[in-house]
Amino acid sequence: MRGKYFKQGIGILVLLILLILSILLALSVGEINFSIKELVEISRNKTGIEYTIISNIRFPRILLGLSVGGALSLAGVILQGVYRNPLVEPYTLGISGGAALGVAITIVFNLNIVLGLYMLPLSGFLGAISTVFIVYILSISKNRFNINKMLLIGVMISFISSSSMMFLLSTTTAENLHSIVFWIMGSLDEPNMLLVKSVFYASIAGLCITYLFANPLNALRLGESKAKHLGVNTSFTIRVLFITASVLTGISVSVAGVIGFVGLIIPHLLRLVIGSDYRILLLASFLGGSIFVIVCDVISRTIIAPNELPIGVITGMIGGLVFIVVISKSKFKNH
Amino acid sequence: MPEFIIVNNMKCGYSGSFMLEQINFEIEKGSFTGIIGPNGSGKTTLFKAITGEILIKKGNILLNSTDTSTMSPRKKARKIAIVTQNTEAADISVGDYVLMGRMPYKSHFQLFENKEDEVLANKFMELTGVFKLKNKLMCELSGGEQQLAAIARALTQEPNLLLLDEPTSHLDISHQMQILNLIQQLNENLNLTVLMIIHDLNLAGEYCDYLVMMNNGEVFAKGKPEEVLNYKNIEKVYKTVVITQENPFSKKPTILLVSAKTLNGIRND
Repeated sequence: MRGKYFKQGIGILVLLILLILSILLALSVGEINFSIKELVEISRNKTGIEYTIISNIRFPRILLGLSVGGALSLAGVILQGVYRNPLVEPYTLGISGGAALGVAITIVFNLNIVLGLYMLPLSGFLGAISTVFIVYILSISKNRFNINKMLLIGVMISFISSSSMMFLLSTTTAENLHSIVFWIMGSLDEPNMLLVKSVFYASIAGLCITYLFANPLNALRLGESKAKHLGVNTSFTIRVLFITASVLTGISVSVAGVIGFVGLIIPHLLRLVIGSDYRILLLASFLGGSIFVIVCDVISRTIIAPNELPIGVITGMIGGLVFIVVISKSKFKNH
Repeated sequence: MPEFIIVNNMKCGYSGSFMLEQINFEIEKGSFTGIIGPNGSGKTTLFKAITGEILIKKGNILLNSTDTSTMSPRKKARKIAIVTQNTEAADISVGDYVLMGRMPYKSHFQLFENKEDEVLANKFMELTGVFKLKNKLMCELSGGEQQLAAIARALTQEPNLLLLDEPTSHLDISHQMQILNLIQQLNENLNLTVLMIIHDLNLAGEYCDYLVMMNNGEVFAKGKPEEVLNYKNIEKVYKTVVITQENPFSKKPTILLVSAKTLNGIRND
């Protein structure tokens, strides 16, 4: 029995070690660099400017990166499983477009005054969730869920919201334009610790819920009707997983902005390494997404320091390049 | 022997288009029944009604006295295992695929299989001859091997009823016979009730104890192969001229086909 899950077990262990290393890297690298020894000392003393940098600036960013990266990657792997299509990612379904539109409307119509600091994340979240709701309602015909219809409607809604965004961008003031673009580009710089913690707990809850459906997801690899033959309540499973993936994406986008490609690249790469068994792949994707976003954030805030690049730029560039290299070098099987 | 499945005055189908009407038949426990009929006669629709993929509009299907439409998907999957005609060409190992047969027995909180599940899966992989392919991917197997793995997976579900939808349609005669011999053995040795859609009337006559012949959404004839497979029934349902004979060894009916050219030749003579 040692053989069967041995490789996967090692894979998870390696990812855990990489996650710890990436956290240490993110804690130590920045405008002021700390060695590991200094980090230990600072965390022991718990005083001084260094401690403030670590605990108030770098740690919240890491926690947010871990949560957002994990959540987006998890949402990607869930949707790819549900749709049986390796090219689907959270943003294909218009979720980010909806979130961005929500934020744009709030900024253009100056709705910030309602809830202050919480208004932008809230409107992003509401935008994402209403998009999902529309896609969901339109995909149900005769009380049955049509997966392919849903994908097409999602893509169309995504186009409609990005066109509406363009409309708002081209008609609004320069000041609003700047705020919207800045938000869309995404950043892990979130001063509100409550929001950061909420995203963290939500992503962990999402991971736990998804694990209850790991076996049904495996059965869905054979197709919806064959999964049904194995006793899986496919319609319930797909609904719960779709909602989970949407909420995870909505929460991530509303706090960290649009960070692209994580949900597409990470599950894909991990599939090549540890296989498609969802009982392993779900956790591996969560960890992989966390590592990827934490490392990309380190690059985004150090590469042109003291200025900062939007993290979406880094995830797109690095992720895309690594992806192309790996796919072209691997014996990619087309099924 | 008590009836195991009773299809009771059932009506089902796709609203506005194809409908099955007044379907009635019984299947005994441990029997090997074939459903035959031309394309579009309603065989697959009947199958979908049994598996619950389409709703039954009138009447019911009783499995061991329980109405199948009241069973949960999990409960149904413990009673009925299905092997379809198209193969499961996923990138999943044969061993993992066969183990999926234990899914109806797992709770949401049980992530991995236990020892008993492994033992059961191994037993049925050996029985169907796919144990040596355990670590291969399903998509790397030939059509016949995939069907054998699908049967092993179905057996791992420990069902009372094995439903097969044209399990041999893409295979050559050697593999067709291999699969059907295996199903016959399972039917006899495990006392497994088998219900199979099959196109090949000779195979249907040779292997099945009982046949249900469908035509235009209705049951046209039912009974022992020698009662159902006569030239009158076949001519009426399939609109084809055939000659029926008795297999000298099995005493089961066999069908000889006659082409239009031969038929014209006979007429001219």
